Amino acid sequence: MAAIELRDLWKRYDRVEAVQGINLDIRHNEFIALVGPSGCGKTTTLRMIAGLEDITAGEIRVGDRVVNEVPPKDRDIAMVFQNYALYPHMTVYDNMAFGLKLRKTSKAEIDRRVRDAADILNIGELLDRRPKQLSGGQRQRVAMGRAIVRNPQVFLFDEPLSNLDAKLRVQMRTEIKKIHRRVRTTVVYVTHDQIEAMTLADRIVVMNFGLIEQVGTPDEMYNAPKTRFVASFIGSPSMNFLPCRVVSGGNGSLALRLTDKLSLAVPPERAARYRSHLDREMVFGIRPEHISDRRPNAGSGFEEFEAGMEVVEPMGIDTMVFFSIDGIEICARARPRAVGPVGEAMPFTVDMNEMHLIDPANDRVV
Amino acid sequence: MVAVTNIGRAEARPPLSVRSRLRRSVGPDIDGYGFILPSAIIMVSLVVYPFGLAVWYSLSDAFIGQPASFIGLDNFIYILTVDDIFPKVLRNTLLFAVISVACKVFFGLICALLLQRITTFKRFFRGAMLIPFVAPTALTTLGWWLILDPTYSHINWILKHVWPFSEMGLGPYQFLADPTLALSSVIFVNFWRGLPFFVITILAGLVSIPDHLYEAAEIDGASTWDKFWKITLPLLRPVLAVVILFSTIFTLADFNIVFVLTRGGPMNETHLFATYSYTYGILNHDIGLGAAVSLFLFPILAFTVIFLLRLIRRDTAYEL
Repeated sequence: MAAIELRDLWKRYDRVEAVQGINLDIRHNEFIALVGPSGCGKTTTLRMIAGLEDITAGEIRVGDRVVNEVPPKDRDIAMVFQNYALYPHMTVYDNMAFGLKLRKTSKAEIDRRVRDAADILNIGELLDRRPKQLSGGQRQRVAMGRAIVRNPQVFLFDEPLSNLDAKLRVQMRTEIKKIHRRVRTTVVYVTHDQIEAMTLADRIVVMNFGLIEQVGTPDEMYNAPKTRFVASFIGSPSMNFLPCRVVSGGNGSLALRLTDKLSLAVPPERAARYRSHLDREMVFGIRPEHISDRRPNAGSGFEEFEAGMEVVEPMGIDTMVFFSIDGIEICARARPRAVGPVGEAMPFTVDMNEMHLIDPANDRVV
Repeated sequence: MVAVTNIGRAEARPPLSVRSRLRRSVGPDIDGYGFILPSAIIMVSLVVYPFGLAVWYSLSDAFIGQPASFIGLDNFIYILTVDDIFPKVLRNTLLFAVISVACKVFFGLICALLLQRITTFKRFFRGAMLIPFVAPTALTTLGWWLILDPTYSHINWILKHVWPFSEMGLGPYQFLADPTLALSSVIFVNFWRGLPFFVITILAGLVSIPDHLYEAAEIDGASTWDKFWKITLPLLRPVLAVVILFSTIFTLADFNIVFVLTRGGPMNETHLFATYSYTYGILNHDIGLGAAVSLFLFPILAFTVIFLLRLIRRDTAYEL
């Protein structure tokens, strides 16, 4: 069993508080993605789990022991580095066998494990090559192979795909998911790419300024973000935010007044939730995919308005349309055929069932 | 249908310029040869011509102030069969080079590893390390001459007056007069002078090994010792081979230190090829013999260079 517990974990460099007392429970065999902008403390956290970075305060448990003072080699972890960190003077085989040799594993056992891992990763023909004779994707596989052969309790990935080109990245992403299914083990995966986190992880941890903003499944992260930061970080293109005022719409219903001319009705089932914020300045959050070209008779909770298109970005399956409300740029996702020429007014339908209301006082989602 | 032929090409060809004709015979690299021509001229006049001249002298009875005539291999035969000092010179030179270079490698590695870890006064220590290398050899060797002098030796003074050495009853030592001590002394001074070159070069090699390799090794279970033997040393091999190559060449041909400290004495115990050749050629005016002695260095150097170059080329071009 290799659950990981982080308790009030702090990391302080000379003047920087990289990690500021985070708490996290990672379950056995769970795939956790730590995601956040650069400098948010995700890599530091990973390196503390690995033992490459001293812990300023707090506690890390792997399985049932506190590993604060345990050197990396005794933590039973394997790590895949961003730049692969393959030993340039060793063949692929020796790179993968290195950890096992140091642990005095028998030759036959080393050979069996290396070949098994090579099979899983499809690098059987590369075993005699040196790292410099490999492509980026192949090096990535070898780096994973080196981790797999050790059969560790915990896998740590430090932005493993960020050095690959876009196409290969998508391919390796799928590969990592497959491998995790075969080699069931606890994984902590650091990335700044929210799509990687969404596609791979069982649960996502969004970090910002050394703190955890939210922990949850990809679905929760997307549909029920708890803070404005998570709402804006997860999803691409990111969520639109507009200042608004919660006003009474008569008959006990509520509406959001965005401008003097534009008000959107809040769906009745949300009225109770937002009522305490009546007549307050709030922030209305809505994802681009929930603002579309006009869908007549869409049903309850759908509101309509009209705006002048400023920029149009065709993506093939959809076209992103940019317009502005009171000087704030808004992005909508429309069917390509419904989009007219730039500069013209276009009718939009917004799905208020997917709206978020954010309290600007604490940036939390209501 | 238009038939594609090349019948008309021969007639249509314009007459070739000199350059194009050269290009045809020499190949497409003709411009390259042009670019290296200036350096080639310098090489020939400063290296090939003196070398050829030395070979000619070694095959002649050249004596200062007299016309030389060809005498075949007589000089070499004389040195190998009659001259009873030459075997000593050969032995001295080899001992001098092997011991000195070995010490430089060993202590150079240790100093470089220590310097890499030093964080306070880093620049001061790295700079100070270079002093023996940058100060003029003739000058620093004079300093050593004083330190090792039988009468004024600081070492002997310390051994006599400073506790705890004063209790041990050591010395005084005749550093430059005792045959064994004299060779050890010149080897030590050469080691002292050559060490910084090793330290700085090895340090540069160490710095170029990326940290993440050590981190990966640490996670793989490597101890400090494992990391040194399995990561540091193999990755330093190209750098080590190059410094050993350079240092061996310079050490085998060393002249200054022995010339200032002992002039080859006592009883020729510290003569090296260079000083012995100088004795023959300049002091005894027998240029032919002097040239022959120094030419004995050539096969030794050639062998060392070829051996070390092969070591370097053996798949050492790592991409870090």
